[in-house]
Amino acid sequence: MAGVELRLARFYRRSEGARGLVLLSPTMLIMLAAMAAPLALLALYSFWSQDGYALDTHFTLTQYETGIGRASYRELFYRSIEISALVTLITVLLAYPMAYFVAFKVDETKFAWLILLTIPFWTSYLLRVFAWKLILGYNGVINSGLMNLGLIRQPLEFLLYNPTAVVVTLAHAWAAFAILPIYVSLEKIDRSLLEAAADLGDGAVRRFLRITLPLSLPGVIGAAVLIFVPTTGDYVTPTLVGGSGGVMIANVIEEQFDKVGNWPLGAALALASMAAVGIATVLFVGAMRAAAARIK
Amino acid sequence: MSDEDYLHIAHVTKRFGAVTAVDDAELSIRRGEFFSLLGPSGCGKTTLLRMIAGFEYPSEGDIFVEGQKITDVPANLRPSNMVFQSYAIFPHLNVFDNIAYGLRKQRLTRTELGARVNDALAMIKLEGFGKRRGDELSGGQRQRVALARALVRRPKVLLLDEPLGALDKRLREAMQIELRQLQKSVGITFLLVTHDQEEALSISDRIAVMSGGVILQVASPRELYEAPNCREVADFIGEMNFFDGTVAGRDGEIATIDAPPLGRLSAVAAGTPGTKVLVALRPEKFTLSGAETPGAIKGTVTAAAYLGDRSHFNIAVAGRSEPVSVASQNAAKTDGHASGDIVFLSWAPDAVVVLAA
Amino acid sequence: MAKKRGRGGLFLYAIFYLAFLYVPVLFLPLFSFNNSVFIAFPLSGFTTQWYAQMFADTAVQQALFNSLRVGAVAALVSTTLALPAAKALTRYRVPGGGAVLALTNLSLFIPEIVLGISLLILLNILTIPLSLWTVTLGHIVICIPFAITVLMSRMEGFDKSLEEASLDLGESGWMTFWRVTFPLVLPGVISSLLLSFMVSFDDFLIAYFLSGNDATLPIYIWGQLRFPYKLPTVLALGAMILVVSTVLVVVAELVRSYGLKDRKHKMVGA
Repeated sequence: MAGVELRLARFYRRSEGARGLVLLSPTMLIMLAAMAAPLALLALYSFWSQDGYALDTHFTLTQYETGIGRASYRELFYRSIEISALVTLITVLLAYPMAYFVAFKVDETKFAWLILLTIPFWTSYLLRVFAWKLILGYNGVINSGLMNLGLIRQPLEFLLYNPTAVVVTLAHAWAAFAILPIYVSLEKIDRSLLEAAADLGDGAVRRFLRITLPLSLPGVIGAAVLIFVPTTGDYVTPTLVGGSGGVMIANVIEEQFDKVGNWPLGAALALASMAAVGIATVLFVGAMRAAAARIK
Repeated sequence: MSDEDYLHIAHVTKRFGAVTAVDDAELSIRRGEFFSLLGPSGCGKTTLLRMIAGFEYPSEGDIFVEGQKITDVPANLRPSNMVFQSYAIFPHLNVFDNIAYGLRKQRLTRTELGARVNDALAMIKLEGFGKRRGDELSGGQRQRVALARALVRRPKVLLLDEPLGALDKRLREAMQIELRQLQKSVGITFLLVTHDQEEALSISDRIAVMSGGVILQVASPRELYEAPNCREVADFIGEMNFFDGTVAGRDGEIATIDAPPLGRLSAVAAGTPGTKVLVALRPEKFTLSGAETPGAIKGTVTAAAYLGDRSHFNIAVAGRSEPVSVASQNAAKTDGHASGDIVFLSWAPDAVVVLAA
Repeated sequence: MAKKRGRGGLFLYAIFYLAFLYVPVLFLPLFSFNNSVFIAFPLSGFTTQWYAQMFADTAVQQALFNSLRVGAVAALVSTTLALPAAKALTRYRVPGGGAVLALTNLSLFIPEIVLGISLLILLNILTIPLSLWTVTLGHIVICIPFAITVLMSRMEGFDKSLEEASLDLGESGWMTFWRVTFPLVLPGVISSLLLSFMVSFDDFLIAYFLSGNDATLPIYIWGQLRFPYKLPTVLALGAMILVVSTVLVVVAELVRSYGLKDRKHKMVGA
């Protein structure tokens, strides 16, 4: 017995890999138990069905048939992806010049700018969405403000409870997420490349298009994916500002687990939406990489 | 016996997956010696050093210090101490605490501790630096603190991993001399790893040349330079001219070798007639003259570099595509040959080194 | 010359961008001092009654207390797990280390609603009742990637040889951790605790799915949104949360970059 222990102890001491795995194991266990296993169960549920109060565990594809077959659900998938795509586009486009500014146009105050840009990232998401509800509401900030200034007589009704409101709110809420990845990739660009290009005759615009933009593309793609994927599954924003016109896929998923009680359907919808988002992301990243290759 | 074999590396091999970093290394280092492991990057010298320190475990073989096997001893219990390449000075501690770090377990009284550390500070000529924070030191200062920190524990062997690489040339040369003097005064066995052959040659008692995980030759600096045992060592240390030759005949130990364009030479060499050999001559072993002398070979200067104390020439010689590299002292003011000059090369017969082809 | 002009235009843009980021959120504190139940212009005078109401509300106190407990536990557990994990990933050659890292970062890319419902399913199957503990578990899952990122970047920032030097000088692995690793990593640990706490404190969706009868603060706020007359109190609460979050973030970032050589470039999420 002592011999085996001694051998194990020596193996442990000699093997870096063994020591590393031991250190990693608590984290691994939690992530497996609390994330991987649940996701696997989710997948299982999506192939089962709800029979009144009981769970029918016979393998079936009915949930997927309903989820993807029913036109209203499909419509929601499309709308969710559309909204997210739009939000991603807006956020990234708006964030890029900001990130460019901090990366290239400031030096001593860089830390201050970055902190200012980071703070919104960390404040309560719920509160930020709620703020927009207040702003866009019938008696909200914009309407009452404009009426007070005498610019309008009646409150504007089109501001809230529609997809546009969702897009605006999401774009604002996720703006901070876009800045950091873009900033990091811009910051990493070797300044001497730009100097060399200038030396070889390129003007500012050409330098940007030929060097800065292509080299920052990984950051842009990263930011886009970072925003696109979670926003498709957003629940809070469509609920608070979307109204009936701005319902997104997360709303129906939540329904299944709340009022309706059809968990298998909810699971199937969740997985289907992740698959849809996954495909869309892969296509998007592929297209961006192709575009990047052509620019080069 | 134990003094010759103070640090003994017995058939040590280290593999990382499919790569063999150290291949069957065998070394006996004497007590109180200043020993260097010399070789290009990636030759395995640092891996070997780390195995002695205890940070890597040999795949095969054992390591002994003063006759005791230390292969299975964990790094923190080994009788060796190391000066790391990056110096590894603890940034959150001051100089005093850095040097005193390894003495904690010895439970010295405050006075004893103070005395030991202050002695160490005096030894490295940094008296008064005790309160300076670890991250406020210059490169050279850090190096010395790292030395003091290791030496204050009075190890049996001091391991140094390219300790002077990060310093600029002038500082490096000064530190080399200081290091040598330090070693002589404390009398501890030093094992230094470096890729800088001038450094190794100037401060070591003996050097082991390594390449590709294999120890090629272990010898004193003079022996390594004058009598390398293979092409790799000859090439790595200093500059060397190589000529292809064939054994023509032999008389006991002495062989007659045909090595165009040098002609026929006699040298101590092995091999039956017909064996191919490599004849090697250092650039400074040639004598350059404008006038023809018996046995000299004729050549044309193709490049001349004046280096102040000496000059370096490339001489094109008939029958050889590569120029011969020649170095000569500028002893007299009028010495000098320009590009295009016809010159004659001669050399002393015993300056020739014969290696296996 | 060209640089100065360019800077002018972009500078203006940057100011507007910051305004765009902050102004909508600043309406919350603004109207929390407004003497009216309606969140609308014109402003009706200054008052602190909403704050008084908010502080007196026992439901708020309970929800706050719950959020603090959940946040503290989640932060502690996440950081404690992430510390050895970060050490393993930055110091050792671990087979499959990359896969483990990818697994932990996955929770950043999976929408919270999916994480919430899948944990709900697991707990249901295991017949574990929903409570603040289940909420804490869910929060740990989303906090760990942040904790690991912060700690890894801190550990990569200092010399590996420092720990080897400590061993070489005679200290055991454990003492090396206490005398060398921990002091140097401490700013990262504090930062990880603060950031994990905030992630947990602000989280709504996972708490919504996994909580039983006890509400965390975001759940409480969500519940109040149905009652228009309660809005100003909610705004007061929201404003307080914003202020505290801001302070915590600034402290966390300052602590995290303390001692790192290149402060400008070391930001969370990078």
